[in-house]
Amino acid sequence: MSETVKVPTMAEYMAEGKKPEVLFWVGCAGSFDDRAKKITKAFVKLLHNANVDFAVLGTEESCTGDPAKRAGNEFLFQMQAVTNIEVMNAYEIKKVVTACPHCFNTLKNEYPVLGGDYEVMHHTQFLKSLLDEGRLKVEGGRFKGKRITFHDPCYLGRANNVYEAPRDLLRKLEVELVEMKRCKRNGLCCGAGGAQMFKEPEPGNKDINVERTEDALETKPDIIAAGCPFCNTMMTDGVKSKEKEESVQVMDVAELIANAQDL
Amino acid sequence: MQYIPNILFILVLIAGIGYFTKNVRKVIRNIRLGKDIDRSDNKGERFKNMARSALGQSKMVRRPVAGILHIVVYLGFIIINIEVLEIIIDGIFGTHRIFAFLGGLYDFLIGAFEVLAFLVFIGVVLFWIRRNVIKLKRFWNPEMKGWPKNDGNLILYFEMVLMTLFLVMNAADLQLQALGADHYVKAGAYPVSQYLLPLLDGMSETALILLERTCWWLHIVGILVFLNYLYFSKHLHILLAFPNTYYGDLNPKGELDNLEAVTKEVQLMMDPSADPFAAPADDQQEGEPEKFGASDVADLNWVQLLNAYTCTECGRCTSECPANQTGKKLSPRKIMMDTRDRLKEVGDNIDKNGSFVDDGKQLLNDYITPEELWACTSCNACVETCPVSINPLSIIIDMRRYLVMEQSAAPSDLNNMMTNIENNGAPWPFNQMDRLNWSDE
Repeated sequence: MSETVKVPTMAEYMAEGKKPEVLFWVGCAGSFDDRAKKITKAFVKLLHNANVDFAVLGTEESCTGDPAKRAGNEFLFQMQAVTNIEVMNAYEIKKVVTACPHCFNTLKNEYPVLGGDYEVMHHTQFLKSLLDEGRLKVEGGRFKGKRITFHDPCYLGRANNVYEAPRDLLRKLEVELVEMKRCKRNGLCCGAGGAQMFKEPEPGNKDINVERTEDALETKPDIIAAGCPFCNTMMTDGVKSKEKEESVQVMDVAELIANAQDL
Repeated sequence: MQYIPNILFILVLIAGIGYFTKNVRKVIRNIRLGKDIDRSDNKGERFKNMARSALGQSKMVRRPVAGILHIVVYLGFIIINIEVLEIIIDGIFGTHRIFAFLGGLYDFLIGAFEVLAFLVFIGVVLFWIRRNVIKLKRFWNPEMKGWPKNDGNLILYFEMVLMTLFLVMNAADLQLQALGADHYVKAGAYPVSQYLLPLLDGMSETALILLERTCWWLHIVGILVFLNYLYFSKHLHILLAFPNTYYGDLNPKGELDNLEAVTKEVQLMMDPSADPFAAPADDQQEGEPEKFGASDVADLNWVQLLNAYTCTECGRCTSECPANQTGKKLSPRKIMMDTRDRLKEVGDNIDKNGSFVDDGKQLLNDYITPEELWACTSCNACVETCPVSINPLSIIIDMRRYLVMEQSAAPSDLNNMMTNIENNGAPWPFNQMDRLNWSDE
């Protein structure tokens, strides 16, 4: 994907005196991580396709502070939160969508008490609502009949009880949705949460992402579907460590929908 | 002279209940050493959680074998205690089977107690087999060595003995009823203990009375001893599961609490008109600045301390923990056990000295090591699985807060991540001005 996608910023909207329907919170991974950027672009294509009037904060966006808070640095978290809230409140943001469950959780649950009260949706919830409203068409296309297993991100699933939105979208792709032995509220973590993404694991006898990848590979999937850029990285690494990258792909739900339609 | 047993019984009862009350007050005092946290909201929702989780055992049955066995023992425990009411009345007034006048209903009750007692016995034996013969992994983690393992087994032995005494007492009674002994009115149905009769064949009336009385006394004294054992054991959950589920966290599991002390500081930092060198306002007392995070039990809130006393060391949390499953030192159950052990130590210290005297120890390092704390992925698996709403994650986060904000003792990788966030608004060293570059790559 090398073509430029049109991504309006809040500043541009403001200059035109307009307000978008929703703010797309891209997040750090979605902005900088090479793999996650593909997810960001796929999601933007879907937004365009469904004629969603959206904007991003662009250079005015900053880390939500999630990894700092989970690492115990409440100061840094609150500094980040207060700065972001100031920006968002200045733009009078009402609704936010993000493709990162960590940003989703922090914006939804931890910003209100600091003065940032928004309707926050994970991109799978948002896509599901577009589907329900008839604004987005999701069809089997390329993935029809493929075996797909969905790895529940902890911060979407257990943390916020969202289990069905991503699955509903996958079912619409007419795939063979297979569940891992540990799924939904029993889903095993990929190993990245709680700021683990940014450090070496403590000494042990196995990496968590390998343990989780084994769960996924047990279902003999063609594709492991994820809904989180960090899970995506962890599962991709896990598949590589099992030397299965030729036969098993790790893809975000948004990518699956966009690619199914050759967007 | 004829009143000696009654007086003796009353004394035993007062001693048993009195000592228990004294220890319960210690538990309450220790829990109150924790910081205040407001859980007086949403009473309806809280009652619902208590009714579902504690009374209804809804989360127990997520593991069906242990769950169903537990429900049998739990129901047996609650219902058989109706019988204790009769025992107490009989003991005080020197009567025998005072409720016998209930007739058919009494037969039904005693019959039901017997069936339950038998099922409890079977359940407890199966629990013992799971622990000691099948050796389920979660009962053999390192933190279960020594007292925790013995504690678990002792509780099972207690219950086996109590149920046996109850059934043998009934069998002797039934035989005495058949012999037409004085005081032994024909009452009750004995669907289980009737099968014990062959064992009593040929015993004289005196011997049977001696047996019946011995079992009766040992049964009630055993119950009182067991009641008092709770305080020294993990078994307090039979009582504390109720308040603990009531006061559990109702927010989404992903939501960590907001440190208000930090909010104040951040507001000051962000306020351009604030004078950093200003003297504290008159109404502000210049005390010791508040400590961020937790290094000892008194830094935790009272709900976290209640959690610690409630934990019955079932180990479901640890068996679901991704860090523990992959060989890391972290065990959420150990976090709870350590918190309780340290809290008890602090409580004993207060009992001995009148108020807490520094013992050179704290929860951090002396009980819980940073290595355990840094292994957590905050995935909430432990919180989700706990049958009685215990939250080990909140303690882990509070202790990380202490390590990071009071001691600057984060792993160096995390320090790099935090420096990046501070400098350029992302956990990686990318410039914030490049945040939208993806759109034209």
